[in-house]
Amino acid sequence: MATELGSAPVPPPGPEDHVTGPEEAPLAIEYADFECPFCAALSAKLASARLRLVFRHFPSRSSHPRAWAAACASEAAAAQGRFWEMHHLLFSDQGRLEDPHLWERARELGLDLERFERDRRTETARARVKRDFESGIRAGVVTTPTVFAGGRMHSGRIEIGALDGTGSSEMS
Amino acid sequence: MIEAGQPAPEFTLRREDGSEFTRADLEGSTTVLVFYPFAFSRVCTDQLNLYDDVLDELEAKGATLYGVSCDAPYSQTAFREKLGVRIEQLSDFEPKGAVCRAFGAYHEGGFPQRALVIVGPDGVVKWSYEAPSPAELPGANLIFDGLAAGGD
Repeated sequence: MATELGSAPVPPPGPEDHVTGPEEAPLAIEYADFECPFCAALSAKLASARLRLVFRHFPSRSSHPRAWAAACASEAAAAQGRFWEMHHLLFSDQGRLEDPHLWERARELGLDLERFERDRRTETARARVKRDFESGIRAGVVTTPTVFAGGRMHSGRIEIGALDGTGSSEMS
Repeated sequence: MIEAGQPAPEFTLRREDGSEFTRADLEGSTTVLVFYPFAFSRVCTDQLNLYDDVLDELEAKGATLYGVSCDAPYSQTAFREKLGVRIEQLSDFEPKGAVCRAFGAYHEGGFPQRALVIVGPDGVVKWSYEAPSPAELPGANLIFDGLAAGGD
């Protein structure tokens, strides 16, 4: 059965999603790439926003050679319960995403290094990232970051006010 | 814009190596033609990067995707190599835009309209799409919708 990539609505948050923020806060579903500078900039803004944030992978293989490796590393950290910590560490230093830099971060988080190294190369991690990417393609994501919030798709230079309903300032 | 059910027109484009790519090259397999305005421009860069990421899935569906612009083959090759994408490029350089016009995908500003055309193995257009403006990047999902709309 070939992969189905035709149009479909963005999937609601599920048990396998990476979710943070208060349950009652406005929902924002983000598609992002750890090597994308605009994603890092948005991530810094999102850190202090009052949102129920869902993070989904949308790594661009052609424009960001280390995006897939970084995404799989975050999944390997997630397997040890440290997804968001790894998410922050990846976005905080995008110039350093080679293997030794990923190990450094795993060490910093106190992860079981052997397990981390094994997990990030598994088909499970790859399939997990791919599932997010495909749901993004089906929902019409064409660039990162893209955030679904308030019944709209936001992309480009995203202002928090456009996501949490406190303002409508947005540039694309 | 050419529409579903219409036969693809006779045309001659140039491959990156300078050889001809004509209507006869469409026959026998499904072809996705991606008309894009300018090599090296921002949206076209994002577009080819995005489509390159789903090339394997397109191939699994038996479809071959090409980029078409009025840039010269040398420029297209440089663009493809800069992006690091696999999408083969077809040039509509001389007479400029003749093939884009034949498909109804020529922008009066002097460049290809951002448009997608799927041609079936029988040389008949299965689906076409013109972006509302050249600045809008059609999602890759639309290509898969188009392939499904064609009935196989």
